[in-house]
Amino acid sequence: MDPRRTSRRTFLGLAAGVPLAGAGLAACGGTSGPSAGSSSSSGGSSGGGGGEASYWSLSGPPGEPIRRATVDRFTKANPSTPIKLTLFQNDAYKAKIKTAIGAGQAPTLIYGWGGGGLREYVKAGQVDDLTSWFDQNPAVKSRLFASSFGAATIDGKIYAMPCETVQPIVLYYNKKVFDKLKLSPPQSWGEIMALVPKFNAAGIAPFSLGGQSRWTNMMWLEFLFDRIGGSDVFKAVVEGQKDAWSQPAAIEGLTKMQELIKANGFIRGFSSITADSNADQALLYTGRAAMMLHGSWSYGIQKSQGGKFVADGGLGYMNFPPVDGGKGDPSDTVGNPAQYLALSSKASPGAKETAKKFFTTGILDADEVTGWIGTGGVPIVNGADTQLAAAGADAPFLQFVYGVASKAKVFAQSWDQAMSPTAAETLLSNISKLFQLSISPQQFATNMNAIITQ
Amino acid sequence: MSTVIPPATRGRRERGVTSARNASLAWLVLPALAFFVAFALVPLLAVVVLSFCRWNGISDISSISWVGLDSWHSVLTDPALPHAIGVTLLIMALSWAFQTPASILVGVFIAGRQRYRALLSVIYFIPLLLSSAAIAITYKALLDPNFGIGPGLHSDLLTQNWLGEDNLAVGVLVFVVSWQFVPFHSLIYQGAIRQIPASMYEAAEIDGAGRLRTFFSITLPQLKYTVITSSTLMVVGSLTFFDIIWVLTEGGPADATRSLALDMYIRGFRANLMGPASAIAVLLVLVGLGLALLLRRLGGTDATASQMEGV
Repeated sequence: MDPRRTSRRTFLGLAAGVPLAGAGLAACGGTSGPSAGSSSSSGGSSGGGGGEASYWSLSGPPGEPIRRATVDRFTKANPSTPIKLTLFQNDAYKAKIKTAIGAGQAPTLIYGWGGGGLREYVKAGQVDDLTSWFDQNPAVKSRLFASSFGAATIDGKIYAMPCETVQPIVLYYNKKVFDKLKLSPPQSWGEIMALVPKFNAAGIAPFSLGGQSRWTNMMWLEFLFDRIGGSDVFKAVVEGQKDAWSQPAAIEGLTKMQELIKANGFIRGFSSITADSNADQALLYTGRAAMMLHGSWSYGIQKSQGGKFVADGGLGYMNFPPVDGGKGDPSDTVGNPAQYLALSSKASPGAKETAKKFFTTGILDADEVTGWIGTGGVPIVNGADTQLAAAGADAPFLQFVYGVASKAKVFAQSWDQAMSPTAAETLLSNISKLFQLSISPQQFATNMNAIITQ
Repeated sequence: MSTVIPPATRGRRERGVTSARNASLAWLVLPALAFFVAFALVPLLAVVVLSFCRWNGISDISSISWVGLDSWHSVLTDPALPHAIGVTLLIMALSWAFQTPASILVGVFIAGRQRYRALLSVIYFIPLLLSSAAIAITYKALLDPNFGIGPGLHSDLLTQNWLGEDNLAVGVLVFVVSWQFVPFHSLIYQGAIRQIPASMYEAAEIDGAGRLRTFFSITLPQLKYTVITSSTLMVVGSLTFFDIIWVLTEGGPADATRSLALDMYIRGFRANLMGPASAIAVLLVLVGLGLALLLRRLGGTDATASQMEGV
């Protein structure tokens, strides 16, 4: 045999495997590799002996210009301790931040939603305990909504700085569509079900839904569980009670959910629509769908992208209606009590100092508060309500959100944020199956109970 | 193929060349080998090790703890695994069955020397120049059930829930993947077809063979090894389709398009379970390697031998 040829064959055989070995890498590369963010982060986390801090957050309206402006103002006022801001799309950010933290490349300021995700960082020792810092700076703490600290508190200690806006989930509706068909917004679950055939008969989808994003579906279950059985139903899940998902109220909620789906309550093709593209909101403001359950941030998106829809008073909004015979308090709401900035424990001392200065003087300064109000957001600053009333055309919505958030008997955190990422992934994948009608409420409960007992 | 044959024959002819030359050739391999070791073998080994460990992808590397077969047990007993394997094999089989005949036909067409065919082949080559993510985003917009091309043209036929129904979504994926890769495989076939000596066709013509007969009796048999090369690329490549599926469906609706590659990503980067994700990565490597070797077997004992006997 010719030895050279044999070795070439072996090499070819190996070469055939190269793309595979690459596959594992490529999958990671999608989140950690090519974008500019990872290189810029090193300045803040590892390289910086100086005071530069890095800060990753979300892109897109309505928050992007406000985040940029806040950071620019801070950097201009403190040229020796600048902050470098890098922005990502929502879902991309959620994946990227984990990879960056795991790789020791985390930004100084880690943007997030508190709760289970933050708990994971705390357990891994990746974020700093800020309790004593808040004790030394009581003014920073007392300035913000007390309710915003709940999701930042893990085992009695505060690990993140609440920021930005309070975001309850709101039931939006298109007033023009309702007026045209001479219908009125639903005051109960029964009325919702009664509206569905009427809208379908008129060729308008009753509800818009960006179902591919999955957390959009989850918001429905959050309200149904609460309205049917009260806030204790999901509390039992979080507390790890055995078979918590099989509680009668839970099964009833899941069943009602599938009834609405089977009655064609949602827009055609909802399971392939993503919320990141804002296509779900476009369906509402273009009048192809009559109603939509979405976060309060959607107001700003519809205002900036929906032409004159919001300005002309086309957008209606209300809290989720009660379910007939349900035990839940109709003032309850769910959503994000605030957004959160955690401090990477790997950051240099200089960067940490800069970040803390940013907490005190940068975050939610007067200009940022005004900025958020201008987008229809309610900043988590005590006393902002007087400013809300003076916000012109947005005042009614702002006061509505402020009312929902402050009067809610229970302001529950979004399920996927309250649970650990591992449990949240199981939840979201089962929710997408439930909405696709490929599993029954009982199967859903069985699948979810299985991870409680683990 | 053409790149393999000439050096092989030269190797045989120059067997007497001094070993000093061989040594210098060995040095030339080093850069490539270094890259291969650093970026393929080392990560591969790391993934194998990781599949026996517990890590959430967030905590420090020092906190990774050895848990033995836990991850393997949880992955192999998960009912989602057979489903993911099924989806992967289905996409693989369908995209092979669609791409191979399409590529051969297009390859035969653009192998012709007519000027208009050269022009068409340039246009046809364009999809290969686009990035997968860009292609997927474009198709996602085109196929949107409410704002896509169907509703835009008021065509009921095109207004389907393309990415929202299980079977349709798989079909769409196969179509988009094929749209991207058929040009590449056509190019391989075009090259192979142009290598077939014209004398064979002349002889067939003298014998009175028609176009179809020449295609099946000369072109196809002469393409045997090209088919194997192209099939290997398709089959092994389809194991790792990630970007197009991720952008188009994220594995949905529900888990209808959740192939092994997506399952790996979701477990690792969404559920923070790096151990089980690594176990799936190892499975992917093993399956891919097995398939590549199997396809080489199918190609006969000596794939580097000349196809030109009798010419």
